[in-house]
Amino acid sequence: MKAGLKKKIVKEIKVDVDKCTGCRSCELACSAFHAAPRYSSMNPSRSRIRVIMDEVRDVYVPIRAGEYTQAECNGRNIYTIAGKEYSECTFCPASCPSRDYFKEPDSGLPLKCDMCESVPPLPEPMCVQACEFDALTYEEREEEYEEEELKRDEMEIAFESLIKKYGLKQVLQTASRLSKR
Amino acid sequence: MRYAETGVNLEIDLSRGNIERVETDPRDMELYLGGQGTAAKILWDRVPPEVDPFSPDNLLIFSTGLLHATPVPAANRVAVNTFSPQTNLMSHSLMGGFFGPEMKHAGYDKIIIRGKAPDLVYLYIHDDTVEIRDATHLRGKGCTETGDILKKELKDDRVQVAAIGLAGENRVYTASIDHGHSSAARGVGVIMGDKRLKAIAVRGTKDIHVAKPAELFELCMHMHQQIGGSDGCGDWMAVDEDDSFHHDNFAWGNARTRRRGFWSKELEERWRRLKYDHMDRQTSCYNCPKKCRNVISWPGRKRFGYKCYGKDTYHMAAFKELDFTYDILGVAQEYGLDSYSTPQVMAFALELYENGILTDKDLPGLPADSGDRFFYLMEKIVRREGIGDILANGVSLAAQQIGNGAEKYDHNTIKRFEQLPIKLGKLNPPYFLMIATGEKMAITQIEGSFPQDPLPTMEERQAFVDKWEAVPNEKFKQYFLEWEKRNDISNEASCAITDWNEAMHYIDDSIGLCGFVSSFRGQFGGEIAYHINNIPDFLTLATGVDMTKDKLWECFQRIRTLVRANNVRRGMRRKDERPPEDHWAVRDEAFEQKLLDDYYAFKGWNKEGVPTRETLDKLGLSYVSEDFLRRGILADTEKNPATETSVESEKK
Repeated sequence: MKAGLKKKIVKEIKVDVDKCTGCRSCELACSAFHAAPRYSSMNPSRSRIRVIMDEVRDVYVPIRAGEYTQAECNGRNIYTIAGKEYSECTFCPASCPSRDYFKEPDSGLPLKCDMCESVPPLPEPMCVQACEFDALTYEEREEEYEEEELKRDEMEIAFESLIKKYGLKQVLQTASRLSKR
Repeated sequence: MRYAETGVNLEIDLSRGNIERVETDPRDMELYLGGQGTAAKILWDRVPPEVDPFSPDNLLIFSTGLLHATPVPAANRVAVNTFSPQTNLMSHSLMGGFFGPEMKHAGYDKIIIRGKAPDLVYLYIHDDTVEIRDATHLRGKGCTETGDILKKELKDDRVQVAAIGLAGENRVYTASIDHGHSSAARGVGVIMGDKRLKAIAVRGTKDIHVAKPAELFELCMHMHQQIGGSDGCGDWMAVDEDDSFHHDNFAWGNARTRRRGFWSKELEERWRRLKYDHMDRQTSCYNCPKKCRNVISWPGRKRFGYKCYGKDTYHMAAFKELDFTYDILGVAQEYGLDSYSTPQVMAFALELYENGILTDKDLPGLPADSGDRFFYLMEKIVRREGIGDILANGVSLAAQQIGNGAEKYDHNTIKRFEQLPIKLGKLNPPYFLMIATGEKMAITQIEGSFPQDPLPTMEERQAFVDKWEAVPNEKFKQYFLEWEKRNDISNEASCAITDWNEAMHYIDDSIGLCGFVSSFRGQFGGEIAYHINNIPDFLTLATGVDMTKDKLWECFQRIRTLVRANNVRRGMRRKDERPPEDHWAVRDEAFEQKLLDDYYAFKGWNKEGVPTRETLDKLGLSYVSEDFLRRGILADTEKNPATETSVESEKK
């Protein structure tokens, strides 16, 4: 089956670091929205957006939590942008062992931005709503993508990984044993 | 469960190296709110008047406001209180930024420092981990430099640091405590230095609970937008470059020379370019939708931030222009110097030199240029070197020490504290009262709700009062409508206006709100975000205590009276409540003293300015009245036979 082009909505938050004033309202709104029950607590250390801030070097960069990573980078870049030095970490969204950003303070489990997906949907993610200075702005745009040719069945994927781990023979034996119960 | 507050104070004894977490009495929150209010109670309870400010028994208290770390926008100002060696009275100091909310997330409403460390230490707090650590490697480091070093050492850029610079280390009386580009002024850095505490680094990750979270959050999101979009909030000087008000009306030099017509369009344009050519950005404090701080990079200097009138003090004292302030302010802030008091000390010294009271012997190698002279004096003061050792004690004490007629040049202090250099023609009666009786030491910490000047026409006044939501009472609208000439206003109105102005500051400084969205800013335009009519709603939702306007007003009265009690017990009386003699050109002693009598009576204080027993007992401060009676500060005029007998029988 040949799939055609499909459309999807891509959600983006644009960050203008020159407009950031370091008020951290985005952090507070995020943590309140994701608290359970909702708005029950406002605690920046639980936020999925953090303003990387250095008053001495005039660095103000809001970053959103991305993927968890097990290991920190071996060697990092230092970027000079418009005469100011930034560590690579300043732009990195990873929940990573080298710093305690984007980890639940109680459990240490990684946090990840979910763009405030909720029912009913928010007009804009909370961090954007809380930003009075338009350092954060929200955009949705349509993007075309090619659908995968063949969608594999979930069970097929599961069996494949079991076979990979235990071997075909053992999986078949187990299945036959279970079927006799 | 405690709402809005953590219910825990951190007690640090630097002499013994002891660290304790002490649970607080929940009733204190209902009576004194938090921040400066509860700090005044602790100072009353634990620092008797015999304790010298430099004694290890003096306390240095960092207090979060009751609403810190709740969703309430612009609640971020930390109160720092102690007893000052300059005034021997209670120091009143505040700083914005991020320190207070971080403290609270670490689990503490207050950090209470007593004792003295044998050598420089810093305090490290990360939630339950609290350590007193060696800070000898930070000796002589600048304030923001110290913060920067500690963040690197601790490998944590979320740590919030409050530090002293060289001035605090050397116990300069006008030393401040600085946190990033925020500064706690008015006499607290000296005590931090005396306790050998270089810095506090705090990091907190705990939750703060509020009573009605969802309702409060909704109300706060609305308030956030309202403040963000309002011209009636924030520092207008961040955006309006017309600063003719200060330059044409305030006195230059040692509060001496008024330069009317100094300001011009040409100057404004030149200074505008100077600012925007060197400004990196404007920044905010925690959870505030205003950006009042201007961050400046000046060639050859460290980056610094300032707000409001802070950009004027140095160049006006030195008869220079804005480029001079930009050159010196960052250096002074790294040293940790109060940028309101310190320039006045320097201008005072130069006036003494010009008048032959200080000579080349006192100021060897003094440069010719006034700006160079300021740098020269600054270096002497922060090191307490030569004449700097005397000047470091502030204008009033330095004048006494120098003698030889120097006292005459100490013409702009009250209660031994440097005032804003305002020398006007005719008396403004509420200002007379605020300057005379204020105990927050600077007029900016007292004025703020009622406009400074009347509006010229009845139509304008009517339009102003029609949208004036902040008034506690309709009578203030009447006062404003009837007010035509600045100096012509009834004593009754002057008393009520002073009281209202003070009330909002005492409330703000206890709950942690910034004056630019509350107590200070309403005087300009009247459209202020927080006021006596809506603050109770925020407090009720946050604390779960049913707060009403009347109850909140009573809290103000209680806190204000307790601050006065602390100072009265240390000797403050009516004689100290005299604004500088040249503060206004036209004076009327009889009128002023009658006004002061009326105000004392209005406040429930006796002729000496001491709160009466009745006033104290009514506010639940009978522990104060008992102390006053015991010490003979109040006479036992209403002798109670029952108590007399019991005392007698005890003796037997």
